[in-house]
Amino acid sequence: MSHPRSNWLMLATSVAALVTGLLLGLCIAWIAGENPVRVGGILFKGAFGSSYDFGMTLFYATPLILTGLAVAVAAHAGLFNVGAEGQLTLGCLAAAAAGTIPLPPLVAPLVAGAAAFGAGAVWGFVPGYLKSRRGAHEVITTILLNFIASAMASYTVLHWLQNPDSQNPESAPILPQFRIPLFPWADGAPAGWAIVLAVMTALCCWFALRRTNAGYEVRAVGGNPEASRLAGISPASIHLKVMTVSGGIAGLVALAEVLGNAGKYRVGFSADYGFTGIAVALLARNNPLAVIPAAFAFAALHKGATELDIETEHITRELAAVLQGVIILAASAPGLWHWFARRHVSDPVVAKEGNTAC
Amino acid sequence: MLILAMIAATLRVSTPVLLAALGGIASERSGVVNIGLEGMMLLGAFGAAAGTLATGSPYIGLACGAGAGLLLAAVHAFLCINLSANQVVAGMGINLLAYGLTPVLCKILYEVTSSTPAVPLESRLQNAPLYLAWAMTVLAWCVLRFTKAGLWLAASGESPEALETAGIRVSRVRWISVLVSGALAGLGGAALSICLSSSFSRGITAGRGFIALAALIAGSWKPIPTAVACLVFGFTEALQMRLQGVVLWGDKPVPVQFIQILPYVIAILLLAGLGKKSAPPEALGKS
Repeated sequence: MSHPRSNWLMLATSVAALVTGLLLGLCIAWIAGENPVRVGGILFKGAFGSSYDFGMTLFYATPLILTGLAVAVAAHAGLFNVGAEGQLTLGCLAAAAAGTIPLPPLVAPLVAGAAAFGAGAVWGFVPGYLKSRRGAHEVITTILLNFIASAMASYTVLHWLQNPDSQNPESAPILPQFRIPLFPWADGAPAGWAIVLAVMTALCCWFALRRTNAGYEVRAVGGNPEASRLAGISPASIHLKVMTVSGGIAGLVALAEVLGNAGKYRVGFSADYGFTGIAVALLARNNPLAVIPAAFAFAALHKGATELDIETEHITRELAAVLQGVIILAASAPGLWHWFARRHVSDPVVAKEGNTAC
Repeated sequence: MLILAMIAATLRVSTPVLLAALGGIASERSGVVNIGLEGMMLLGAFGAAAGTLATGSPYIGLACGAGAGLLLAAVHAFLCINLSANQVVAGMGINLLAYGLTPVLCKILYEVTSSTPAVPLESRLQNAPLYLAWAMTVLAWCVLRFTKAGLWLAASGESPEALETAGIRVSRVRWISVLVSGALAGLGGAALSICLSSSFSRGITAGRGFIALAALIAGSWKPIPTAVACLVFGFTEALQMRLQGVVLWGDKPVPVQFIQILPYVIAILLLAGLGKKSAPPEALGKS
C-alpha cells in the first residue's frame, strides 16, 4: 500500500467503480423512461440542495463511516464481516436500554457508548468464535446472526422496553443527559457531533492498524495466515479479537441513531447501514481514512435517492442499492479495468491488490 | 394426521432451499465460491412471478426464474473466472444487486415497489417444484458419481492443474457449473414466489440462500447429505408455522420472534457442530 503506484491505482479503481455504478444506474433510469440528466440532477439536489439536505447527508454518513470501518477492520485480518447490521441493531438496543438509567451528565453518554460497543462486540464475538474454534465461515454465520438480532431486538422492545406513550414499536425515550448535541445550522436535520466521534474512530482504527504491534499482527494474519503462524502469531486468536472489535465498532452506530437522532430505539430504523458499510469499505479499499470520503459518497447517494420516490414516476430509492451492488462488483475485480484496457490481467500489482482487498 | 401434515409441509418448504443448495454444490464443487445464491434466488423469484403473470403459464414462469438466476450467475462467473475477482466479495455484490434490482424492476413493471400482483391460483404450481428438486438431487448424485462430467466437475474443484493437464479447460467446466448453479438457485426462488406463496414480495428469500450454503457445508458438498440437511431446515420452518400462537408453557403463546429465528439458529448450530468435520473442495475460492 505504500507503493505510490499501487496507491494511485487503487484510487483510480475506486473512482472508476463509483463512476460505473452511477452511469449504470442512470442507464436503468433511462430504460425505465426517465431523463437521466434530470435523475442525476435530483440525486445531486437531494444530497446537497439545502443546508437541511446537506445535514441529512452528514447524518447518513455517520453510521456508514462506522459500519464501513467495521467491515474494513475485519478485512485487514482477512475476514468478511457482513454482520454489521445485526451488530449495530444490538448496539443501538443496548444504548437505548442504558439511556434509561439516571446517570450524571458527561458520564451518561460514555456509559451508553460503552454499552453499545459491548453489545456489538458480543455479536461480533459469536461469529469470531465460530470461525476460529469451529471453522464456520463468517459470511454465513454473520448473515444468519443478522436475522436473529433483528428478532431479538423486536422482542426486547415489545416486551421490555416499549415506549408506553407510543403506538409504534419503539423503546422509551432516553434521558436528556445522554443526548449528543446536533448541529444548529442543519435546519432540523439530525446531523450532530456524532459524526466527529465517527471520524475520530476512523483515526483510531488507522493508527491502531498502521502504528501498533497489534495492528501489525492483524495485517500479517490477513496477508498470509500460514506465514504469521510460523512467526508465532495465532490466526485463530487474531480472528476472534478482530471480529469482536469489528462488531463493537458497528455497535457504535448507536452514537448517531440513539444518542444523536431518535433518542430511542426504533424497530427497523436502519437503512441497511450494515450492508452499505460493505460497499463503503470496498470503495475505500479497506483504508480506515478513505472510509470517511467513501461513506460520504454513499450517504449523498442514499439521501439523493430518497427524493426519487417523490420526484420521479418510474424509479425508486432502491436504485441506490443497485448502484451499491454494481460498485461492489466493479470493485471486486481489480482485473476489470485491465480487461477493458485489453492489458494482461495478471499484472503483479493488480494481482496482489486483489488478494489483500478482502 | 398431524404427522402426515408435518411431513408434507416439511417437504414443501424445503424445496427452495434444496434447489439452491444443489446449485451451490455445482458451483462450489467446481471451485467457485457462490455467496450470491441468495441474490440469484431473489431475482429468480421475481423472474418467475413476472413470467407467470405475463404468460399465465407457471412452467414458462419457472423457465424465466431459472433464466433470471442464470443471468446473475453469468455476471458472477465472468468476474470470478475471467477476471479472478474476490469470489466472496463478488457474491455479496450479486446479492446487493438483486436486492436493489427487484424493487426497481417491480416499480417499472407494476408501479409498486413492495410486491408483484398476486399470481392467480390456476397459474400457481402445486407440487411440480418439489418433484423437480428431488429429481435434481438424484440426478446430481448420479452425475457426480457415475459420469465423466461429474469427474471433471470434482477435478476442477479438487485439483484444477490435473484437469488442465488432462486436456480439459478448467475455466469452461467452471463457467458451466456456475451457470447451472444460477439456474438452480433461480428455480429455488421460483418455487418460493409461484408455488409456496402467491406473489413475489421484497426480500421474499429471507436468507434462504445462506441457509442453503449452511446446508451444503453441513452435507459436505454432497447431494444426498445436503438434501437431508435441507429437510432439517424444512422441518424447523414447518414447525415454525405450526407453533405460531401455540401455548407450550404458562398462559401465553411462544413469542413469535423466538419461533421465527429457529431455522437460523439450527443453521448456525449445524455449522458450529459440523464445520470442522466437513472439508471443502481443495481448490475452492482459489483462482
